[in-house]
Amino acid sequence: MGAEFVQFSLTPMLIGVFAAIACALPGNFLILRRQALIGDAISHVVLPGIVVAFLVTGTVATIPMLIGAGAAALVAVVLIEVILRLGRIEPGAAMGVVFTALFAGGVLLLEQSDTSGVHLDVDHALMGNLETLIWLRASGWHSVIDPVALAHLPPELPRIAAVAALMAVLMVIFWRPLKLATFDEGFARAIGLPVSAIGLALVIAAAVAAVAAFDAVGSIIVIAMFICPPAAARLLTNALAAQVWISVGIAAGSAVLGYVLAGYGPIWMGFDHSVSAAGMIATVSGLSLALACVWGPHRTRAGGAAGA
Amino acid sequence: MTGFLAALALQAGYNAALVTIGAALLGLSAGMAGSFLVLRKRALVSDAMAHATLPGIGVAFLVMVALGGDGRDLPGLLIGSAASALIGLVLVDWIVRRTRLAEDAAIGAVLSVFFGLGVVLLTVIQSLERGRQAGLEDFLLGATAGMLFQDAVLIAAGGLVVVAVILLLRRPMTLVAFDPGHAAAIGVRVARVDLAMMALVMAVTVIGLTLVGLILIVALLIIPAVTARFWSDRVERMLWIAGAIGGGAGYLGAALSASAPDLPTGPIIVLIAAGLFVLSLLLAPRRGLLAAILARRRFQARVHWRQGLLSLARAEPIHDPLTLRILRAQGVIRPDGVATEKGRALAARSLRDERRWDLARAMHQDTALTGRYDGLTPIETVFTADQIADFDAALGPPQAVGGQDGR
Repeated sequence: MGAEFVQFSLTPMLIGVFAAIACALPGNFLILRRQALIGDAISHVVLPGIVVAFLVTGTVATIPMLIGAGAAALVAVVLIEVILRLGRIEPGAAMGVVFTALFAGGVLLLEQSDTSGVHLDVDHALMGNLETLIWLRASGWHSVIDPVALAHLPPELPRIAAVAALMAVLMVIFWRPLKLATFDEGFARAIGLPVSAIGLALVIAAAVAAVAAFDAVGSIIVIAMFICPPAAARLLTNALAAQVWISVGIAAGSAVLGYVLAGYGPIWMGFDHSVSAAGMIATVSGLSLALACVWGPHRTRAGGAAGA
Repeated sequence: MTGFLAALALQAGYNAALVTIGAALLGLSAGMAGSFLVLRKRALVSDAMAHATLPGIGVAFLVMVALGGDGRDLPGLLIGSAASALIGLVLVDWIVRRTRLAEDAAIGAVLSVFFGLGVVLLTVIQSLERGRQAGLEDFLLGATAGMLFQDAVLIAAGGLVVVAVILLLRRPMTLVAFDPGHAAAIGVRVARVDLAMMALVMAVTVIGLTLVGLILIVALLIIPAVTARFWSDRVERMLWIAGAIGGGAGYLGAALSASAPDLPTGPIIVLIAAGLFVLSLLLAPRRGLLAAILARRRFQARVHWRQGLLSLARAEPIHDPLTLRILRAQGVIRPDGVATEKGRALAARSLRDERRWDLARAMHQDTALTGRYDGLTPIETVFTADQIADFDAALGPPQAVGGQDGR
């Protein structure tokens, strides 16, 4: 746990933790509102968003990419709603039509445009590049307080940390209206809360988290973290505040454990190559959900006997 | 363009012809299997299954290498992918049944975790001596360039088997899709039919892996079925329309992709299907957007027509521009707003109809009949001639109605 750890593992691990938390926070409400697959849809349409942003600006600069991805997420959400209203088809099918078509468009644009000179491809979009976000200027734990070394942190780290903090702040500020609109929409409407605006704002917040996390860790972690930690926490408690705290814990724990297992696990087992950290983090979060499904104290529906 | 026409006629080379025929059959079977999936409202379960194939592919490769084989044997990989898709499906059902999580959470969890595990296995395989050239990533988005004859035969045979099984099972699957309770009551084994339906979806997913890849196969299952739903309310017809849309998109897409560089097959097929969806959303008769707008306009015109005639009959002034335009267009009023002979006759008839309705609603207690009063339905279409004669007897003799000349 010396200089090498700080150089090669500390920053990717922290980025993974912040990305996991940023997604798990809005994920709690998406799960409760039965909109869990919005995260899935968003993470697919991020691809056409960044490709279009690249084609428009000609660079892989971060801000245009994030704007493009956010715009694509918004377009997808609006399209799903339009198709639902006009076509009178079930929500799952409407979602499936929109995100697969947009994703196909993204792949096609990517193949058509000359992106060979830049780091932009489908594999990267799916799996991220967590392992490459290293902090070469660090020379040990003392670098954490060294301003020169800190200036060379991978830019993804402060960005995703800021987004995670933003999610936390938004959740604290809008806690009551969110909770009311989620559990008793009729009551929330009756006391004058803008219920549809709250719903849309939640989806936009989820899109922001997804886009920021996607930039660093790829879309697998995004979907897994939207769903697995909150779902596991939901099976462990009936209190919303406790559920959110537990989900944050599971998300952060999965990120750390997944990263360690991916980076060091194969070496402990005698292989000399590490495996995909993003994939391993998703797997660990899935294992935590599996444990909660089997042993969680609140795993059954109210009224149903445990193990029935 | 000539390249595209040649590809359409299967003259763009051996590989292109194989891919085109395979894509058409895949689209046909996916459209038909997807119809029942969409009708059963389980469209996105297929997304979970498709993503869940990835770890199966990885494990199958590792097992085949461990057994001393090449590891790239397509049937072996497909068996592995089917096995893990089945595990994914069982897990989704288990989570929904045994825990309080909703189906969307179960789908998302299985999808992301299996896919994550698959990616881990892919990186393991890439680190192996034998795995570096395995090209298993091609299963993500499909790759048609190196398609072999036996692969094409596998897809074609698989697609035909799927179509045949759907035709055999279409009645029980229809019953279960629309009314599982009734189906169970008349002795259909709902769980088994559901399993058969998901097995068909799984078969389509697995044979579609090489052509369109596991991320986009969902589109071929959902989009043609949803599109076909716009064109028919009958299952049988929807089934064939969905098959035709899927097959057509597959054929056209593969031909288009063969005729130009940088046009990946899977995305092109999906985009053609999506284009057909948008056209149907806009133009389909009855359920389309245009049809809905026209129906609304017709209804609006009928309301204005009726209210305009009643106003004429009661000699009330009409100010609404749309009402005036409709009445003028029908020759009911002159350009200066005075009723014509024809107009007075029609107005009198409308007023009589309205009075008859008033009486009918006062005299009759049968709300199933009187409830059909909406200000538009002529009373002759609801009550019999005898009943109307009764109303007329109560109304008294016919009266001439107003015009500006005060008769």
